[in-house]
Amino acid sequence: MIIHHPILGPRDAQEFVYLGDASLINRPDGLTAGVEAFYDYLYNRGNPAGEHRELWYHEQGDRSWLVVTRNTVTHEIIKVELARDVAKAAGRTK
Amino acid sequence: MSQKNRISGGQIDRSKVLTFTFDGKTYSGHPGDTLASALLANGVRLMGRSFKYHRPRGPISAGSEEPNALVQLRSGARQEPNTRATVAELFDGLDATSQNRWPSLAFDALAINDRLNTFFTAGFYYKTFMWPASFWEKVYEPIIRRAAGLGSLTREEDPDEYDKGFLHCDLLVIGAGPAGLMAALAAGRAGARVILADEDFRFGGRLNAETLSVGGRTGAEWADSVIAELAALPNVRLMLRTTVIGAFDHGIYGAVERVSDHLAVPLEGKPRQTLWRIYSKRALLAGGATERPIAFENNDRPGIMMAGALRTYANRFGVTVGERVAVFTNNEDGLQTARDLVEKGVDVVAVIDARPDGPLLPGIRHLKGAEVVDAAGRLGLKSITIRQANGRTETVEVSALGVSGGWNPNVNISSHHRSKPVWSEALQAFVPGEGGPQGLSAAGAAAGQMSTHAALEGGQKAAIAALAELGISAKADTVPEAEDRPLSITPKWYVNAGKGRAWIDPQNDVTVKDIKLAHKENFTSVEHMKRYTTLGMATDQGKTGNVLGLAIMAGLTGQTIPETGTTIYRPPYTPVAMGTLAGRSRGKEFKPFRLTPSHKWAEEQGAVFVEVGMWLRTQWLPKPGEKHWRESVDREVLATRKSVGICDVTTLGKIDIQGTDAGAFLDKVYCNTFSTLAVGRCRYGLMLREDGMVFDDGTTARMGENEYVMTTTTANAVTVFRHLEYCRQVLWPDMDVQLISTTEAWAQFSVAGPNARKLLEKIVDQDISDSAFPYMAAGNITIGGLRARLFRISFSGELAYEIAVPTRYGDALIRRLVEEGKAFDAVVYGTEALGVMRVEKGHVAGNELNGQSTALNMGLGKMVSKMKDSIGMVLSQREGMNQPDGYRLVGVKPVDPAATLTAGSHFLEKDAKPVIENDGGWLTSKVYSPHLGCDIALGYLKAGDQKIGRRMRAVNLLAKTETEVEIVSPHFFDPEGERLRG
Repeated sequence: MIIHHPILGPRDAQEFVYLGDASLINRPDGLTAGVEAFYDYLYNRGNPAGEHRELWYHEQGDRSWLVVTRNTVTHEIIKVELARDVAKAAGRTK
Repeated sequence: MSQKNRISGGQIDRSKVLTFTFDGKTYSGHPGDTLASALLANGVRLMGRSFKYHRPRGPISAGSEEPNALVQLRSGARQEPNTRATVAELFDGLDATSQNRWPSLAFDALAINDRLNTFFTAGFYYKTFMWPASFWEKVYEPIIRRAAGLGSLTREEDPDEYDKGFLHCDLLVIGAGPAGLMAALAAGRAGARVILADEDFRFGGRLNAETLSVGGRTGAEWADSVIAELAALPNVRLMLRTTVIGAFDHGIYGAVERVSDHLAVPLEGKPRQTLWRIYSKRALLAGGATERPIAFENNDRPGIMMAGALRTYANRFGVTVGERVAVFTNNEDGLQTARDLVEKGVDVVAVIDARPDGPLLPGIRHLKGAEVVDAAGRLGLKSITIRQANGRTETVEVSALGVSGGWNPNVNISSHHRSKPVWSEALQAFVPGEGGPQGLSAAGAAAGQMSTHAALEGGQKAAIAALAELGISAKADTVPEAEDRPLSITPKWYVNAGKGRAWIDPQNDVTVKDIKLAHKENFTSVEHMKRYTTLGMATDQGKTGNVLGLAIMAGLTGQTIPETGTTIYRPPYTPVAMGTLAGRSRGKEFKPFRLTPSHKWAEEQGAVFVEVGMWLRTQWLPKPGEKHWRESVDREVLATRKSVGICDVTTLGKIDIQGTDAGAFLDKVYCNTFSTLAVGRCRYGLMLREDGMVFDDGTTARMGENEYVMTTTTANAVTVFRHLEYCRQVLWPDMDVQLISTTEAWAQFSVAGPNARKLLEKIVDQDISDSAFPYMAAGNITIGGLRARLFRISFSGELAYEIAVPTRYGDALIRRLVEEGKAFDAVVYGTEALGVMRVEKGHVAGNELNGQSTALNMGLGKMVSKMKDSIGMVLSQREGMNQPDGYRLVGVKPVDPAATLTAGSHFLEKDAKPVIENDGGWLTSKVYSPHLGCDIALGYLKAGDQKIGRRMRAVNLLAKTETEVEIVSPHFFDPEGERLRG
């Protein structure tokens, strides 16, 4: 696969490490959310046949975490964003 | 050494004679021959035995689809089993043997299987060998494995090298027949970056095998002229002997180039094969078509082959397979074989044409509406039985028969992404379907463009269309003149006569009967039929026979062929050697290895090294006279505890963390608090995963207001860094914190023991007295003006420091420490002594940090702060992870000090049976403590904190050991920590 890195352009998928569902961005706050909320966050994820937003890490590159929107059936990559931008847009701060 | 079946013509170099052997007998051939063509020229038709019935077999093809003529090539370490004789290029001294036979190819004892064929029908594995169950492993399987086999492995190391390479192009053209050549020409002339790859050792594809003309020249001459033009273009790369094995995602193709297989031994410095990864913007499948047979009784006799192959041997190699030849066809193309052979002076005794109508071939006995019903000649074809349109049968003596049931486009690569081929009624064959690999199109026979003219035109058009999508404009040149014969085919899959067996998949011995049986037993879906009968599961992957099986099943179920459907193809297109996939990643080069800064010094001392991840670390340093590793390790431990020891700890991960939020960031990633740590101090940190399990541990020092240095375990250096980047970018993107791994930047040594300070005082420039540099102090110092770092931390339980210098000074520092240490009888210790001392001290390491343990399990539960949010804090509070009878870290001692402990042993109460219900936990780490004079261990014991002082048994059923043990505190040595504060 080839991932079009928003900063570095087309890169071979071998340079990346895969983590999983990009919903991991939405981590609850540990001081206010309980065990149930964290359980949901960590374990209950979708497994769609089709478009899937997922986290990839450019370990053998610039160390950017990326959100890659990929069709799990065709492997077509629809969109690649910096995870930091996605996280900020989702309201994450410090 | 006469080549009795050699006839005129062909693309072989008759001026040179090559000598080779097959089953020990010497033969001759010429450059340009394959092993199969040379053997056929010498009158050898019998080349192998089938997989199941051990039937005598000869080649049925002249290409890579060959299922029968599999031989063992070369001998000694270079011996290679299952090589297709039809594509093995002949070289002088080639040495081949037949396989799957004993004692000889002509007389094979296991041919008895053929007589027992009624037992070996489809599904026989599932029906036979069932009872008793205990017989399977010990009796049935060894017998089956011995009987059903192909070639054998040499079990010697492969002496050759294999490479991997990467290529980029605008257009990859797969196959260099008429379509591929025209495509490459159009793209090459337009200036596009082109790769033209062909599996053959000569460009031209079928043009080399035919007598037809292209643009007024022979096909082969035209191909040569195109190749000459392409070779002169700098933007075109021509790749001979290169098989494109698969389509992968986003325009990436795998290809195997057989760089040296046509030579006895690879040239100096050359690999045997190269695995290429080709990044293409567009690709064109121009892989041609494969002829398929018509099944009839005993159609597997040596001498019966595809009509097109018979023609290839005659036209390209100057070989006739027999003196008297017949052709059995259901389509127009089969007639060409008869014409070409007559032209070459071969006696064509009959053309058996399944089609009832149409013009007759002049001057040849051309039987319309006829079929071949049987063949005789066990070790080589002697005669065929023909049934004419009027029902009359006759037996005709022949030594070769060409069969043509039509041509299957080579759609394989187009369906590598699960796209199903579609049925063409006009061609009676599958052609590439929609939804194939993105950017791939097909042209020529692979796309069902069966005439030479159609292929030439199709190739050019496809290239122009593909390049247009890239914004490259290619010109449509005049297509050279060539035959444009319409296809005339009448479907004919098998001859329904008699009770004998008619082969569909000759390698796996799948016959028409097996398909009928699968149907009778309701394995009618193509996927079921394939697995039940093993049709298409041989090394040729059903290239010739699959469609026959489908068509016969369709006939039985009353469905159409498109309704019946087809299985899909997967990479690789042809078999690939494991060595090619491994490339240079084998033996010591399987992965890179890393050396510590003290490696050179340690090597000079005769150190023993151990692999720790990618690192090679000193395991122990034997002194002269020490015969057992324990002698060295005991000495290193005792000397360290008595005076001072030095150990290279560079491999621990080091991460510089800077920024105004660095402290707050560490509070998030560690379960304990770091923002309150004073500048110039360090602290032990425990890192959890979000699921509450322990991830990693290490000490982290605060070097400045906004600057920390974290250490990680050697094993997790990379994953912790990845995790920190994840936390920083994904979870808390607004934190002002920057990270850099400095594992390679600093050489770091542990200096431990009562005299550690005295030794370091001789080296460092600063005051490091206990008051100036107390326990858990950290700071920047200098060594003779050179910048360095000092941490007063201890893994051994001794007064200890870790001292770090820029890596390039690491070698100098170890030499200086050893030199200055002589005054104190200092030792350098390795990872074994390190392990002994940490177990004596009760510190957890890799065996305890096993990814399934919590802070509570390790006796560190109180470290998890609930006053702040940190990774894993919430889920570490789950009920199941906080049971009072859960595992706790304990120390273990044998009751009898002379007894030994075995790591991995399980704890049992004194009288408990060794069954899972009674399992109390297990020993994680075991060492011999020279300090205590006995074996000691750490372990996880259920409710272990409440069992201190209890006597139990440590039982290891695998090692067959059992020891009575006492459960003790894990802190065997200096439990109050007086020594490390000294």
